[in-house]
Amino acid sequence: MTIDNAPVPAIRVQGIEKSFGDVAVLRGVDLDVAPGSIFALLGSNGAGKTTLVRILSTLLKADAGRATVRGFDVASEPGDVRESISLTGQFAAVDEVLTGRENLVLVARLRHLTDAGAIADELLERFSLAEAGARKAGTYSGGMRRRLDIAMSLIGHPPVIFLDEPTTGLDPQARIEVWQTVKRLAEGGTTVLLTTQYLDEAEHLADRIAILHGGTIIQNGTLAELKRLLPAAQVEYVEKQPSLEEVFLALVGDTDAPSDDIASSAPARKAAS
Amino acid sequence: MTSYALADTGVLTGRSLRHVLRSPDTIITTAVTPIALMLLFFYVLGGAISTGSDESYVNYMLPGILLIAIASGVAYTSYRLFLDLQGGIFDRFQSMPIARSSVLWAHVLTSLVANLVSVAIVIGVALIMGFRTGASVGAWLAVAGILVLFTLALTWLAVIAGLSAKSVDGASAFSYPLIFLPFISSAFVPTASMPGPVAWFAEYQPVTSIVDTIRALFAQQPIGSDIWVALAWLVGILVVAYGFAIVIYRRKLS
Repeated sequence: MTIDNAPVPAIRVQGIEKSFGDVAVLRGVDLDVAPGSIFALLGSNGAGKTTLVRILSTLLKADAGRATVRGFDVASEPGDVRESISLTGQFAAVDEVLTGRENLVLVARLRHLTDAGAIADELLERFSLAEAGARKAGTYSGGMRRRLDIAMSLIGHPPVIFLDEPTTGLDPQARIEVWQTVKRLAEGGTTVLLTTQYLDEAEHLADRIAILHGGTIIQNGTLAELKRLLPAAQVEYVEKQPSLEEVFLALVGDTDAPSDDIASSAPARKAAS
Repeated sequence: MTSYALADTGVLTGRSLRHVLRSPDTIITTAVTPIALMLLFFYVLGGAISTGSDESYVNYMLPGILLIAIASGVAYTSYRLFLDLQGGIFDRFQSMPIARSSVLWAHVLTSLVANLVSVAIVIGVALIMGFRTGASVGAWLAVAGILVLFTLALTWLAVIAGLSAKSVDGASAFSYPLIFLPFISSAFVPTASMPGPVAWFAEYQPVTSIVDTIRALFAQQPIGSDIWVALAWLVGILVVAYGFAIVIYRRKLS
């Protein structure tokens, strides 16, 4: 980098283009993600979020433009990029035939770590899967699979993690669990790029939000910056009804303390806006 | 990273061998169909088939049965590969710092192990049915070598099918013609007994030379040029299938 005092962005995307046949999915995407931040890529289905994530995780080659992860070019230095990243794809990529523990051991071995067994046990504990560790992953619920999937992505402490629609198809509790995990990751210094089609997810988690639409980033900023794009909020007094999510969580008894935290911050923000 | 190629292949082979062990039906199914065919041909049709030899018909048909066992067994490779691609675990592996070729080789080695196990089961049943051979250790090794080559060649065909399939059914459909090929060969009846064009096809398709070579090795007869024709076919199919598989694999990753 030419400017010495500017930190190297964890992810830098410049003019990335990708077409599938005649369909131009990405038409020049630019974005920077600061190290240790959570960056949400927001877009509707088919906006090209997954395509961008696949390019960044070296699974797909861009037609034009340049992308780097921690300074490594995804096209010319894919090996170094793969050392730096972990991908949690749209569908929980767990081996259904193996047990939860075997899945973790498998990834630890493939990352050439010693003591794969201890790493697996520690992660099972951390993701509340210790009891299910000896069961085949195929028998897990959606939330458990996603937890295992994310746990597999954390092995080897990759500094950059891509989460492609991490909460799609999850029930509200499992969603909150994933959110907590993502927050903890960023607190630990991991850079997280997540894609989502849920606006509230971006609102809760992200330091910066970019909106991918029509193949380009049409807006990129913090939540406050994005909100400033619209006229100032008018103060209106509205009777606050509990959301169905709050009702659901209250009825089924959400025992986890930190998740109450996130759940109750939701209406507070909604009321403020 | 290439220094990890062997270690990565080992870890991933362990994974897919576990898949085989946890669904033993894949080995049993692979062995049961050829065993059933063997019983059918020996106890139902065998009496009416004239091979022009005094030897037991089990001896005559075993080589073809072994090839059918392998041809049906490799379908599981394309099936497993297709499921990996569908489930996203393939993407996970490809985005990790591992030797990329190890993902395919793990499936190929697993296919080799699983098919050799089912071949051993079929030979075991054939021994019970009266299969006898005085073949030397060298001849047995030659048979094993040919079967390994046959498995590798067909498995790389299976890799092509698994990588390019659009559905689970499509992934394994490629094996049906392969399973059928031994029937139009010298595997069950001498080719001379067939009508002209069929006999011509049977005489010059790869299975006949492979079957004749294995049969000669078991019967301690001179092998002649069959073995070179068989090896040329096997190596040729292997190289072409491997080449296509790698091209499709690379294209998949770009």
